[in-house]
Amino acid sequence: MSSGTASSLSFETRLDAARQPAGGSDGPPIVELRDVHKSFGTQPVLGGINLRIARGRTTVIIGRSGTGKSVLLQHIVGLIRPDRGEVFIEGRRISHLPERELVEIRREISFVFQLNALFDSMTVAQNVAFPMVESGRARHMSAARLRELVRTRLELVGMAGFEHKRPAELSGGEKKRVALARAIAVEPPPKVILYDEPTAGLDPQRSDVINRLVRRLQDEFHVTSVVVTHDMRSAAAVGDRILMLWNGRFIADGSLLELASVKDEHVRRFLEGRAEPSDIIEKPI
Amino acid sequence: MPARVFSSLFERLGALIIARISGFGRFAVFSLYAASFIPADLLSRRAWGRLLQQSLQIGTRSVPVVMITGMFVGMVLAVQAYRQFESAGLGDRLGVIVNLTVISELGPVLAGVMLAGRVGGALTAEIGTMNITEQLIALRSMGTDPIRFLVTPRFLACLVLTPLLTCYANLLGSFGAWLITVKVYGQDSGPYWEYTRQFVELWDLNSGLFKSMFFGGSIGLISCYRGFHCRRGAEGVGEACTGAFVASFIVILVLDFFLNIVMNGVYELRYGFKPII
Ligand SMILES: Nc1ncnc2c1ncn2[C@@H]1O[C@H](COP(=O)(O)OP(=O)(O)OP(=O)(O)O)[C@@H](O)[C@H]1O
Ligand SMILES: [Mg+2]
Repeated sequence: MSSGTASSLSFETRLDAARQPAGGSDGPPIVELRDVHKSFGTQPVLGGINLRIARGRTTVIIGRSGTGKSVLLQHIVGLIRPDRGEVFIEGRRISHLPERELVEIRREISFVFQLNALFDSMTVAQNVAFPMVESGRARHMSAARLRELVRTRLELVGMAGFEHKRPAELSGGEKKRVALARAIAVEPPPKVILYDEPTAGLDPQRSDVINRLVRRLQDEFHVTSVVVTHDMRSAAAVGDRILMLWNGRFIADGSLLELASVKDEHVRRFLEGRAEPSDIIEKPI
Repeated sequence: MPARVFSSLFERLGALIIARISGFGRFAVFSLYAASFIPADLLSRRAWGRLLQQSLQIGTRSVPVVMITGMFVGMVLAVQAYRQFESAGLGDRLGVIVNLTVISELGPVLAGVMLAGRVGGALTAEIGTMNITEQLIALRSMGTDPIRFLVTPRFLACLVLTPLLTCYANLLGSFGAWLITVKVYGQDSGPYWEYTRQFVELWDLNSGLFKSMFFGGSIGLISCYRGFHCRRGAEGVGEACTGAFVASFIVILVLDFFLNIVMNGVYELRYGFKPII
Protein backbone atom coordinates (compact mmCIF):
# COMPACT_ATOMS: atom_id res chain seq x y z
CA MET A 1 0.00 0.00 0.00
CA SER A 2 1.49 3.29 -1.06
CA SER A 3 -0.84 6.15 -0.29
CA GLY A 4 -2.70 5.38 2.97
CA THR A 5 -1.55 7.99 5.43
CA ALA A 6 -3.84 6.61 8.10
CA SER A 7 -2.26 3.20 8.00
CA SER A 8 1.34 4.34 7.84
CA LEU A 9 0.70 6.41 10.94
CA SER A 10 -0.92 3.48 12.67
CA PHE A 11 1.94 1.28 11.62
CA GLU A 12 4.38 3.33 13.66
CA THR A 13 2.10 3.29 16.67
CA ARG A 14 1.97 -0.42 16.30
CA LEU A 15 5.75 -0.85 16.15
CA ASP A 16 5.89 1.26 19.25
CA ALA A 17 3.63 -1.11 21.07
CA ALA A 18 4.93 -4.27 19.47
CA ARG A 19 6.01 -7.07 21.74
CA GLN A 20 5.42 -10.74 22.00
CA PRO A 21 2.40 -11.43 24.15
CA ALA A 22 2.67 -14.01 26.91
CA GLY A 23 1.70 -17.52 25.93
CA GLY A 24 1.99 -19.01 22.49
CA SER A 25 -0.71 -18.96 19.88
CA ASP A 26 -0.48 -22.71 19.44
CA GLY A 27 -2.59 -23.88 22.38
CA PRO A 28 -6.27 -24.72 21.90
CA PRO A 29 -8.35 -21.61 21.16
CA ILE A 30 -10.12 -20.06 24.13
CA VAL A 31 -13.00 -18.96 21.91
CA GLU A 32 -14.08 -20.69 18.76
CA LEU A 33 -16.93 -19.99 16.34
CA ARG A 34 -17.75 -22.60 13.73
CA ASP A 35 -19.84 -21.72 10.72
CA VAL A 36 -22.04 -19.29 12.64
CA HIS A 37 -25.06 -18.01 10.72
CA LYS A 38 -27.49 -15.40 12.01
CA SER A 39 -30.36 -13.51 10.42
CA PHE A 40 -32.87 -11.10 11.86
CA GLY A 41 -36.13 -11.71 10.05
CA THR A 42 -35.22 -11.66 6.40
CA GLN A 43 -32.01 -9.72 6.94
CA PRO A 44 -28.94 -11.97 6.94
CA VAL A 45 -26.26 -10.60 9.26
CA LEU A 46 -23.69 -13.34 9.79
CA GLY A 47 -23.15 -15.80 6.97
CA GLY A 48 -20.85 -18.57 8.11
CA ILE A 49 -18.32 -17.12 10.53
CA ASN A 50 -15.32 -19.24 11.45
CA LEU A 51 -13.04 -17.83 14.11
CA ARG A 52 -10.46 -19.23 16.52
CA ILE A 53 -9.21 -16.84 19.16
CA ALA A 54 -5.89 -17.66 20.81
CA ARG A 55 -5.49 -17.42 24.56
CA GLY A 56 -3.75 -14.31 25.81
CA ARG A 57 -3.93 -12.42 22.53
CA THR A 58 -5.80 -9.32 21.50
CA THR A 59 -7.96 -9.81 18.45
CA VAL A 60 -9.45 -6.80 16.76
CA ILE A 61 -12.55 -6.94 14.59
CA ILE A 62 -13.08 -4.04 12.24
CA GLY A 63 -15.79 -3.40 9.73
CA ARG A 64 -18.17 -0.72 8.82
CA SER A 65 -21.27 0.24 10.72
CA GLY A 66 -24.09 -2.27 10.57
CA THR A 67 -22.11 -5.29 9.36
CA GLY A 68 -22.80 -7.27 12.51
CA LYS A 69 -19.75 -6.72 14.69
CA SER A 70 -21.81 -6.28 17.84
CA VAL A 71 -23.98 -9.25 16.90
CA LEU A 72 -20.84 -11.36 16.45
CA LEU A 73 -19.45 -10.31 19.82
CA GLN A 74 -22.72 -11.14 21.57
CA HIS A 75 -22.63 -14.65 20.16
CA ILE A 76 -19.44 -15.34 22.12
CA VAL A 77 -21.24 -15.26 25.48
CA GLY A 78 -24.54 -16.63 24.26
CA LEU A 79 -26.41 -13.33 24.45
CA ILE A 80 -27.50 -14.09 20.90
CA ARG A 81 -27.90 -17.66 19.67
CA PRO A 82 -26.76 -18.66 16.19
CA ASP A 83 -29.37 -19.85 13.71
CA ARG A 84 -26.82 -22.38 12.56
CA GLY A 85 -23.30 -23.22 13.68
CA GLU A 86 -21.64 -23.54 17.06
CA VAL A 87 -19.76 -21.48 19.63
CA PHE A 88 -17.14 -22.98 21.95
CA ILE A 89 -15.51 -21.52 25.04
CA GLU A 90 -12.42 -23.43 26.16
CA GLY A 91 -13.55 -26.39 24.11
CA ARG A 92 -17.04 -26.45 25.61
CA ARG A 93 -19.95 -25.97 23.28
CA ILE A 94 -22.03 -23.13 24.70
CA SER A 95 -24.27 -22.15 21.83
CA HIS A 96 -26.92 -24.65 22.86
CA LEU A 97 -26.65 -24.40 26.63
CA PRO A 98 -29.68 -23.10 28.52
CA GLU A 99 -29.36 -19.63 30.01
CA ARG A 100 -28.90 -21.01 33.52
CA GLU A 101 -25.81 -23.01 32.60
CA LEU A 102 -24.21 -20.03 30.93
CA VAL A 103 -23.97 -18.12 34.19
CA GLU A 104 -20.67 -19.64 35.28
CA ILE A 105 -19.10 -19.07 31.88
CA ARG A 106 -20.31 -15.50 31.69
CA ARG A 107 -18.77 -14.67 35.06
CA GLU A 108 -15.34 -15.33 33.60
CA ILE A 109 -15.94 -13.14 30.58
CA SER A 110 -16.46 -9.39 30.82
CA PHE A 111 -18.33 -7.44 28.22
CA VAL A 112 -18.01 -3.71 27.56
CA PHE A 113 -21.13 -2.69 25.67
CA GLN A 114 -21.27 -0.23 22.85
CA LEU A 115 -23.90 1.85 24.68
CA ASN A 116 -22.04 1.33 28.00
CA ALA A 117 -25.12 -0.17 29.65
CA LEU A 118 -24.48 1.44 33.02
CA PHE A 119 -27.40 1.01 35.39
CA ASP A 120 -29.17 4.35 35.70
CA SER A 121 -30.59 3.63 39.11
CA MET A 122 -27.19 3.09 40.73
CA THR A 123 -24.20 5.28 41.50
CA VAL A 124 -20.91 4.86 39.68
CA ALA A 125 -19.47 2.93 42.61
CA GLN A 126 -22.48 0.60 42.76
CA ASN A 127 -22.21 0.04 39.04
CA VAL A 128 -18.56 -0.90 39.23
CA ALA A 129 -19.13 -3.16 42.23
CA PHE A 130 -22.16 -4.78 40.62
CA PRO A 131 -20.53 -7.88 39.06
CA MET A 132 -18.86 -8.78 42.35
CA VAL A 133 -21.89 -8.05 44.50
CA GLU A 134 -24.53 -9.70 42.33
CA SER A 135 -22.56 -12.87 41.76
CA GLY A 136 -22.06 -13.20 45.51
CA ARG A 137 -18.28 -13.08 45.13
CA ALA A 138 -18.18 -9.97 47.32
CA ARG A 139 -19.68 -11.87 50.22
CA HIS A 140 -16.29 -13.10 51.36
CA MET A 141 -14.82 -9.66 51.01
CA SER A 142 -14.86 -6.87 53.57
CA ALA A 143 -16.66 -3.70 52.58
CA ALA A 144 -13.38 -1.80 52.74
CA ARG A 145 -11.75 -4.31 50.42
CA LEU A 146 -14.59 -3.96 47.90
CA ARG A 147 -14.38 -0.18 48.06
CA GLU A 148 -10.66 -0.44 47.45
CA LEU A 149 -11.25 -2.64 44.39
CA VAL A 150 -13.74 -0.15 43.00
CA ARG A 151 -11.42 2.77 43.67
CA THR A 152 -8.38 1.21 42.03
CA ARG A 153 -10.36 0.23 38.95
CA LEU A 154 -11.82 3.71 38.61
CA GLU A 155 -8.31 5.07 39.01
CA LEU A 156 -7.06 2.94 36.13
CA VAL A 157 -9.53 4.62 33.79
CA GLY A 158 -9.05 8.08 35.28
CA MET A 159 -12.42 8.21 36.99
CA ALA A 160 -11.44 8.18 40.67
CA GLY A 161 -13.54 10.60 42.68
CA PHE A 162 -16.67 10.02 40.61
CA GLU A 163 -17.92 7.24 42.89
CA HIS A 164 -21.07 8.98 44.04
CA LYS A 165 -22.24 10.38 40.74
CA ARG A 166 -25.03 8.82 38.73
CA PRO A 167 -24.49 7.71 35.13
CA ALA A 168 -26.94 10.38 33.95
CA GLU A 169 -24.58 13.04 35.30
CA LEU A 170 -21.58 11.81 33.27
CA SER A 171 -20.43 12.75 29.79
CA GLY A 172 -20.40 10.10 27.07
CA GLY A 173 -16.68 9.45 27.38
CA GLU A 174 -16.87 9.29 31.16
CA LYS A 175 -19.62 6.68 30.95
CA LYS A 176 -17.47 4.66 28.59
CA ARG A 177 -14.61 4.70 31.06
CA VAL A 178 -16.85 3.68 33.97
CA ALA A 179 -18.13 0.80 31.83
CA LEU A 180 -14.52 -0.25 31.28
CA ALA A 181 -13.85 -0.06 35.00
CA ARG A 182 -16.85 -2.30 35.65
CA ALA A 183 -15.56 -4.87 33.20
CA ILE A 184 -12.25 -5.19 35.02
CA ALA A 185 -13.50 -4.85 38.58
CA VAL A 186 -13.69 -8.56 39.20
CA GLU A 187 -11.43 -10.82 41.14
CA PRO A 188 -9.95 -13.06 39.92
CA PRO A 189 -9.52 -11.07 36.69
CA PRO A 190 -11.70 -12.16 33.78
CA LYS A 191 -10.27 -14.67 31.34
CA VAL A 192 -11.70 -12.86 28.35
CA ILE A 193 -12.79 -9.26 27.89
CA LEU A 194 -15.02 -8.36 24.97
CA TYR A 195 -14.86 -4.69 24.09
CA ASP A 196 -17.50 -3.21 21.81
CA GLU A 197 -16.06 0.10 20.59
CA PRO A 198 -14.07 0.93 23.73
CA THR A 199 -12.65 4.17 22.35
CA ALA A 200 -15.66 5.49 20.47
CA GLY A 201 -16.46 8.98 21.68
CA LEU A 202 -13.14 9.44 23.49
CA ASP A 203 -10.58 12.09 22.62
CA PRO A 204 -7.25 10.81 21.21
CA GLN A 205 -5.47 11.08 24.54
CA ARG A 206 -8.12 9.21 26.48
CA SER A 207 -8.17 6.63 23.71
CA ASP A 208 -4.46 6.16 24.19
CA VAL A 209 -5.00 5.57 27.91
CA ILE A 210 -7.60 2.92 27.10
CA ASN A 211 -5.41 1.29 24.46
CA ARG A 212 -2.56 1.06 26.93
CA LEU A 213 -4.93 -0.38 29.52
CA VAL A 214 -6.01 -3.11 27.11
CA ARG A 215 -2.35 -3.99 26.46
CA ARG A 216 -1.54 -3.93 30.15
CA LEU A 217 -4.38 -6.28 31.06
CA GLN A 218 -3.02 -8.65 28.46
CA ASP A 219 0.55 -8.41 29.71
CA GLU A 220 -0.10 -8.52 33.43
CA PHE A 221 -3.13 -10.75 33.72
CA HIS A 222 -2.87 -12.66 30.43
CA VAL A 223 -6.39 -11.57 29.60
CA THR A 224 -7.62 -12.52 26.17
CA SER A 225 -9.27 -9.55 24.49
CA VAL A 226 -11.58 -9.19 21.56
CA VAL A 227 -11.93 -5.57 20.50
CA VAL A 228 -14.56 -4.38 18.06
CA THR A 229 -13.71 -0.98 16.69
CA HIS A 230 -13.65 1.22 13.66
CA ASP A 231 -10.92 3.37 15.12
CA MET A 232 -7.91 2.21 13.05
CA ARG A 233 -5.45 3.90 15.36
CA SER A 234 -6.80 1.92 18.28
CA ALA A 235 -6.87 -1.28 16.21
CA ALA A 236 -3.23 -0.76 15.37
CA ALA A 237 -2.27 0.02 18.94
CA VAL A 238 -3.83 -3.00 20.62
CA GLY A 239 -4.30 -5.67 17.99
CA ASP A 240 -2.10 -8.74 17.63
CA ARG A 241 -4.43 -9.78 14.88
CA ILE A 242 -6.98 -7.82 12.92
CA LEU A 243 -9.99 -9.23 11.14
CA MET A 244 -12.30 -7.37 8.87
CA LEU A 245 -15.98 -8.25 8.69
CA TRP A 246 -17.80 -7.55 5.47
CA ASN A 247 -21.29 -8.72 4.49
CA GLY A 248 -21.37 -11.39 7.14
CA ARG A 249 -17.92 -12.87 6.49
CA PHE A 250 -14.31 -12.11 7.26
CA ILE A 251 -12.54 -10.76 4.23
CA ALA A 252 -9.19 -10.08 5.88
CA ASP A 253 -7.26 -11.67 8.72
CA GLY A 254 -3.74 -10.93 9.86
CA SER A 255 -1.39 -8.51 11.53
CA LEU A 256 -1.65 -4.86 10.65
CA LEU A 257 1.30 -5.27 8.31
CA GLU A 258 -0.36 -8.12 6.50
CA LEU A 259 -3.60 -6.20 6.32
CA ALA A 260 -1.88 -3.23 4.73
CA SER A 261 -0.73 -5.42 1.86
CA VAL A 262 -4.14 -6.94 1.18
CA LYS A 263 -5.29 -6.23 -2.34
CA ASP A 264 -9.03 -6.53 -1.63
CA GLU A 265 -10.76 -3.35 -2.68
CA HIS A 266 -13.14 -3.23 0.34
CA VAL A 267 -10.30 -3.65 2.83
CA ARG A 268 -8.24 -0.96 1.17
CA ARG A 269 -11.12 1.44 1.05
CA PHE A 270 -11.88 0.85 4.74
CA LEU A 271 -8.27 1.33 5.83
CA GLU A 272 -7.96 4.49 3.81
CA GLY A 273 -11.36 5.82 4.79
CA ARG A 274 -12.68 6.08 1.25
CA ALA A 275 -16.40 5.52 0.61
CA GLU A 276 -17.63 2.58 -1.41
CA PRO A 277 -18.71 3.76 -4.87
CA SER A 278 -22.12 2.21 -4.31
CA ASP A 279 -22.62 4.32 -1.19
CA ILE A 280 -22.00 7.64 -2.88
CA ILE A 281 -25.28 9.20 -3.86
CA GLU A 282 -24.81 11.88 -6.43
CA LYS A 283 -28.29 13.25 -6.51
CA PRO A 284 -28.73 17.02 -6.15
CA ILE A 285 -29.39 17.97 -2.53
CA MET B 1 -62.23 -10.96 -7.60
CA PRO B 2 -64.45 -10.68 -4.48
CA ALA B 3 -63.35 -14.19 -3.57
CA ARG B 4 -59.74 -13.03 -3.63
CA VAL B 5 -60.56 -10.06 -1.45
CA PHE B 6 -62.40 -12.29 1.01
CA SER B 7 -59.69 -14.88 1.21
CA SER B 8 -57.02 -12.27 1.79
CA LEU B 9 -59.22 -10.68 4.44
CA PHE B 10 -59.57 -14.02 6.18
CA GLU B 11 -55.87 -14.64 5.86
CA ARG B 12 -55.11 -11.36 7.58
CA LEU B 13 -57.69 -11.97 10.27
CA GLY B 14 -56.23 -15.42 10.85
CA ALA B 15 -52.70 -14.06 11.03
CA LEU B 16 -53.86 -11.44 13.53
CA ILE B 17 -55.53 -14.04 15.72
CA ILE B 18 -52.49 -16.29 15.62
CA ALA B 19 -50.25 -13.36 16.51
CA ARG B 20 -52.51 -12.46 19.44
CA ILE B 21 -52.62 -15.99 20.78
CA SER B 22 -48.90 -16.58 20.48
CA GLY B 23 -48.32 -13.17 22.04
CA PHE B 24 -50.46 -14.19 24.96
CA GLY B 25 -48.55 -17.46 25.20
CA ARG B 26 -45.26 -15.59 25.44
CA PHE B 27 -46.75 -13.33 28.10
CA ALA B 28 -47.93 -16.34 30.08
CA VAL B 29 -44.50 -17.97 29.94
CA PHE B 30 -42.89 -14.69 31.00
CA SER B 31 -45.30 -14.37 33.93
CA LEU B 32 -44.88 -17.92 35.14
CA TYR B 33 -41.12 -17.59 34.86
CA ALA B 34 -41.14 -14.39 36.93
CA ALA B 35 -43.42 -15.98 39.53
CA SER B 36 -41.29 -19.12 39.73
CA PHE B 37 -38.61 -17.19 41.64
CA ILE B 38 -40.95 -16.12 44.43
CA PRO B 39 -40.32 -19.10 46.75
CA ALA B 40 -36.53 -18.82 46.50
CA ASP B 41 -36.64 -15.03 46.78
CA LEU B 42 -38.63 -15.19 50.00
CA LEU B 43 -35.58 -16.83 51.57
CA SER B 44 -33.02 -14.49 50.10
CA ARG B 45 -31.94 -11.35 51.89
CA ARG B 46 -30.88 -9.61 48.71
CA ALA B 47 -34.28 -10.29 47.15
CA TRP B 48 -36.02 -8.79 50.19
CA GLY B 49 -33.88 -5.71 49.75
CA ARG B 50 -34.99 -5.39 46.14
CA LEU B 51 -38.63 -5.90 47.13
CA LEU B 52 -38.52 -3.27 49.86
CA GLN B 53 -36.84 -0.78 47.57
CA GLN B 54 -39.50 -1.30 44.92
CA SER B 55 -42.32 -1.12 47.46
CA LEU B 56 -40.99 2.13 48.79
CA GLN B 57 -40.84 3.62 45.31
CA ILE B 58 -44.26 2.39 44.26
CA GLY B 59 -45.89 3.29 47.55
CA THR B 60 -44.57 6.82 47.89
CA ARG B 61 -45.29 7.51 44.26
CA SER B 62 -48.93 6.54 44.43
CA VAL B 63 -50.41 7.32 47.85
CA PRO B 64 -51.42 10.90 46.97
CA VAL B 65 -52.99 10.13 43.60
CA VAL B 66 -54.87 7.16 44.97
CA MET B 67 -56.21 9.23 47.86
CA ILE B 68 -57.37 11.97 45.53
CA THR B 69 -59.08 9.39 43.32
CA GLY B 70 -60.91 7.82 46.24
CA MET B 71 -61.99 11.14 47.73
CA PHE B 72 -63.53 12.40 44.51
CA VAL B 73 -65.23 9.13 43.72
CA GLY B 74 -66.95 9.19 47.10
CA MET B 75 -67.97 12.83 46.79
CA VAL B 76 -69.27 12.47 43.24
CA LEU B 77 -71.35 9.42 44.12
CA ALA B 78 -72.92 11.25 47.05
CA VAL B 79 -73.71 14.31 44.95
CA GLN B 80 -75.17 12.17 42.17
CA ALA B 81 -77.36 9.98 44.33
CA TYR B 82 -78.43 12.31 47.09
CA ARG B 83 -81.44 13.98 45.42
CA GLN B 84 -82.92 10.68 44.27
CA PHE B 85 -82.60 9.04 47.67
CA GLU B 86 -83.82 12.12 49.44
CA SER B 87 -87.00 12.44 47.39
CA ALA B 88 -87.79 8.77 47.99
CA GLY B 89 -87.38 9.39 51.69
CA LEU B 90 -84.30 7.22 51.86
CA GLY B 91 -81.74 9.93 52.54
CA ASP B 92 -80.36 8.14 55.57
CA ARG B 93 -79.70 5.03 53.48
CA LEU B 94 -77.36 6.86 51.15
CA GLY B 95 -74.31 5.74 53.11
CA VAL B 96 -75.11 2.11 52.37
CA ILE B 97 -75.16 2.39 48.64
CA VAL B 98 -72.23 4.76 48.34
CA ASN B 99 -69.95 2.87 50.70
CA LEU B 100 -70.90 -0.42 49.15
CA THR B 101 -70.13 0.84 45.66
CA VAL B 102 -66.87 2.43 46.68
CA ILE B 103 -65.57 -0.48 48.70
CA SER B 104 -66.53 -3.35 46.46
CA GLU B 105 -66.32 -1.78 43.04
CA LEU B 106 -65.18 1.74 42.33
CA GLY B 107 -62.40 1.91 44.91
CA PRO B 108 -60.53 -1.15 43.64
CA VAL B 109 -61.16 -0.51 39.95
CA LEU B 110 -60.38 3.19 39.90
CA ALA B 111 -57.37 2.80 42.19
CA GLY B 112 -56.23 0.03 39.84
CA VAL B 113 -56.62 2.22 36.78
CA MET B 114 -54.83 5.04 38.54
CA LEU B 115 -51.97 2.73 39.45
CA ALA B 116 -51.84 1.36 35.91
CA GLY B 117 -51.07 4.90 34.80
CA ARG B 118 -48.86 5.96 37.68
CA VAL B 119 -46.93 2.83 38.55
CA GLY B 120 -47.32 0.84 35.33
CA GLY B 121 -46.22 3.76 33.20
CA ALA B 122 -43.12 4.29 35.29
CA LEU B 123 -42.26 0.58 35.24
CA THR B 124 -42.58 0.28 31.48
CA ALA B 125 -40.57 3.44 30.91
CA GLU B 126 -37.83 2.32 33.29
CA ILE B 127 -37.48 -1.20 31.93
CA GLY B 128 -37.99 -0.11 28.33
CA THR B 129 -35.17 2.39 28.67
CA MET B 130 -32.97 -0.28 30.21
CA ASN B 131 -33.85 -2.47 27.27
CA ILE B 132 -32.89 -0.04 24.53
CA THR B 133 -29.69 1.03 26.27
CA GLU B 134 -28.44 -2.58 26.51
CA GLN B 135 -28.83 -2.71 30.29
CA LEU B 136 -30.97 -5.85 30.18
CA ILE B 137 -28.49 -7.67 28.01
CA ALA B 138 -25.69 -6.37 30.24
CA LEU B 139 -27.38 -7.97 33.24
CA ARG B 140 -27.45 -11.27 31.37
CA SER B 141 -23.82 -10.89 30.38
CA MET B 142 -22.90 -10.63 34.06
CA GLY B 143 -24.78 -13.79 34.86
CA THR B 144 -27.78 -12.04 36.44
CA ASP B 145 -31.24 -13.06 35.31
CA PRO B 146 -32.97 -9.79 34.36
CA ILE B 147 -36.42 -11.26 34.96
CA ARG B 148 -35.56 -12.38 38.44
CA PHE B 149 -33.67 -9.19 39.17
CA LEU B 150 -36.22 -6.73 37.79
CA VAL B 151 -39.60 -8.36 37.27
CA THR B 152 -40.08 -10.58 40.31
CA PRO B 153 -39.67 -7.79 42.91
CA ARG B 154 -41.82 -5.37 40.88
CA PHE B 155 -44.53 -7.96 40.42
CA LEU B 156 -44.54 -8.80 44.12
CA ALA B 157 -44.55 -5.15 45.14
CA CYS B 158 -47.53 -4.45 42.89
CA LEU B 159 -49.33 -7.54 44.15
CA VAL B 160 -48.95 -6.57 47.81
CA LEU B 161 -49.22 -2.81 47.57
CA THR B 162 -52.27 -2.48 45.35
CA PRO B 163 -54.67 -3.78 48.02
CA LEU B 164 -53.00 -1.52 50.57
CA LEU B 165 -53.35 1.49 48.31
CA THR B 166 -56.93 0.48 47.59
CA CYS B 167 -57.57 0.73 51.33
CA TYR B 168 -56.52 4.36 51.12
CA ALA B 169 -58.88 4.92 48.20
CA ASN B 170 -61.73 3.24 50.10
CA LEU B 171 -61.07 5.21 53.24
CA LEU B 172 -61.00 8.53 51.44
CA GLY B 173 -64.00 7.55 49.31
CA SER B 174 -66.00 6.82 52.42
CA PHE B 175 -64.83 10.05 53.96
CA GLY B 176 -65.75 12.06 50.85
CA ALA B 177 -69.26 10.60 50.75
CA TRP B 178 -69.77 11.35 54.44
CA LEU B 179 -68.49 14.88 53.95
CA ILE B 180 -71.03 15.58 51.21
CA THR B 181 -74.01 13.80 52.74
CA VAL B 182 -73.62 14.84 56.34
CA LYS B 183 -71.65 18.07 56.26
CA VAL B 184 -73.00 19.58 53.05
CA TYR B 185 -76.53 18.17 52.71
CA GLY B 186 -77.08 17.97 56.44
CA GLN B 187 -78.17 14.34 56.87
CA ASP B 188 -77.89 12.98 60.40
CA SER B 189 -74.61 11.28 61.04
CA GLY B 190 -76.13 8.66 63.38
CA PRO B 191 -78.51 6.83 61.03
CA TYR B 192 -76.07 7.32 58.15
CA TRP B 193 -73.44 5.17 59.85
CA GLU B 194 -75.94 2.86 61.48
CA TYR B 195 -77.39 1.74 58.13
CA THR B 196 -73.93 1.54 56.65
CA ARG B 197 -72.80 -0.70 59.49
CA GLN B 198 -75.83 -2.90 59.02
CA PHE B 199 -75.49 -3.52 55.32
CA VAL B 200 -71.84 -3.18 54.40
CA GLU B 201 -70.09 -6.34 55.43
CA LEU B 202 -66.51 -7.38 55.85
CA TRP B 203 -67.10 -9.58 52.82
CA ASP B 204 -67.58 -6.52 50.64
CA LEU B 205 -64.35 -4.99 51.79
CA ASN B 206 -62.42 -8.23 51.42
CA SER B 207 -63.78 -9.06 48.01
CA GLY B 208 -62.75 -5.61 46.79
CA LEU B 209 -59.26 -6.01 48.17
CA PHE B 210 -59.04 -9.53 46.78
CA LYS B 211 -59.83 -8.24 43.32
CA SER B 212 -57.35 -5.42 43.66
CA MET B 213 -54.61 -7.96 44.27
CA PHE B 214 -55.31 -9.39 40.82
CA PHE B 215 -55.37 -5.92 39.34
CA GLY B 216 -52.01 -5.10 40.89
CA GLY B 217 -50.40 -8.33 39.76
CA SER B 218 -51.61 -7.76 36.20
CA ILE B 219 -50.34 -4.20 36.17
CA GLY B 220 -46.89 -5.31 37.31
CA LEU B 221 -46.58 -8.16 34.83
CA ILE B 222 -48.04 -6.36 31.82
CA SER B 223 -45.93 -3.25 32.39
CA CYS B 224 -42.70 -5.19 32.81
CA TYR B 225 -43.46 -7.41 29.81
CA ARG B 226 -44.06 -4.40 27.59
CA GLY B 227 -40.80 -2.86 28.75
CA PHE B 228 -38.92 -6.07 27.98
CA HIS B 229 -40.34 -6.21 24.48
CA CYS B 230 -40.37 -2.60 23.39
CA ARG B 231 -39.05 -1.54 20.00
CA ARG B 232 -35.77 0.30 19.84
CA GLY B 233 -35.67 4.07 20.12
CA ALA B 234 -37.45 6.60 22.29
CA GLU B 235 -40.72 6.15 20.38
CA GLY B 236 -40.48 2.44 21.12
CA VAL B 237 -40.53 3.17 24.84
CA GLY B 238 -43.38 5.66 24.54
CA GLU B 239 -45.38 3.20 22.49
CA ALA B 240 -44.75 0.47 25.07
CA CYS B 241 -45.98 2.75 27.87
CA THR B 242 -49.27 3.56 26.16
CA GLY B 243 -49.66 -0.06 25.14
CA ALA B 244 -49.09 -1.24 28.69
CA PHE B 245 -51.62 1.23 30.07
CA VAL B 246 -54.34 0.30 27.59
CA ALA B 247 -53.73 -3.41 28.13
CA SER B 248 -53.75 -3.03 31.93
CA PHE B 249 -56.95 -1.00 31.81
CA ILE B 250 -58.75 -3.60 29.71
CA VAL B 251 -57.44 -6.47 31.79
CA ILE B 252 -58.64 -4.75 34.96
CA LEU B 253 -62.16 -4.34 33.57
CA VAL B 254 -62.34 -7.89 32.24
CA LEU B 255 -60.92 -9.40 35.41
CA ASP B 256 -63.33 -7.33 37.47
CA PHE B 257 -66.27 -8.69 35.51
CA PHE B 258 -65.27 -12.33 35.88
CA LEU B 259 -64.13 -12.06 39.48
CA ASN B 260 -67.47 -10.46 40.35
CA ILE B 261 -69.38 -13.35 38.81
CA VAL B 262 -67.27 -15.85 40.71
CA MET B 263 -67.50 -14.05 44.01
CA ASN B 264 -71.23 -13.41 43.79
CA GLY B 265 -71.63 -17.13 43.24
CA VAL B 266 -69.50 -17.92 46.25
CA TYR B 267 -71.36 -15.42 48.40
CA GLU B 268 -74.79 -16.77 47.54
CA LEU B 269 -73.65 -20.32 48.16
CA ARG B 270 -72.44 -19.42 51.62
CA TYR B 271 -74.84 -16.77 52.85
CA GLY B 272 -77.74 -16.72 50.42
CA PHE B 273 -79.10 -13.66 48.65
CA LYS B 274 -78.73 -10.33 50.43
CA PRO B 275 -81.34 -7.67 49.63
CA ILE B 276 -80.26 -4.07 50.12
CA ILE B 277 -83.16 -2.23 48.53
N1 LIG C 1 -31.97 -7.49 18.02
C1 LIG C 1 -31.97 -7.20 16.71
N2 LIG C 1 -33.09 -7.32 16.00
C2 LIG C 1 -33.11 -7.04 14.68
N3 LIG C 1 -32.05 -6.64 13.98
C3 LIG C 1 -30.89 -6.50 14.64
C4 LIG C 1 -30.79 -6.77 16.03
N4 LIG C 1 -29.52 -6.54 16.42
C5 LIG C 1 -28.88 -6.15 15.30
N5 LIG C 1 -29.69 -6.12 14.24
C6 LIG C 1 -29.31 -5.76 12.88
O1 LIG C 1 -28.12 -6.45 12.54
C7 LIG C 1 -27.24 -5.61 11.82
C8 LIG C 1 -25.89 -5.60 12.48
O2 LIG C 1 -25.98 -4.93 13.71
P1 LIG C 1 -24.73 -4.68 14.64
O3 LIG C 1 -25.23 -3.93 15.83
O4 LIG C 1 -24.02 -5.93 14.90
O5 LIG C 1 -23.83 -3.74 13.73
P2 LIG C 1 -22.36 -3.23 14.06
O6 LIG C 1 -21.44 -3.85 13.08
O7 LIG C 1 -22.07 -3.41 15.49
O8 LIG C 1 -22.52 -1.69 13.71
P3 LIG C 1 -21.93 -0.43 14.50
O9 LIG C 1 -20.51 -0.30 14.10
O10 LIG C 1 -22.75 0.70 13.98
O11 LIG C 1 -22.12 -0.69 15.94
C9 LIG C 1 -27.88 -4.25 11.76
O12 LIG C 1 -28.40 -4.06 10.45
C10 LIG C 1 -29.01 -4.30 12.77
O13 LIG C 1 -30.12 -3.59 12.29
MG1 LIG D 1 -21.96 -2.27 17.10
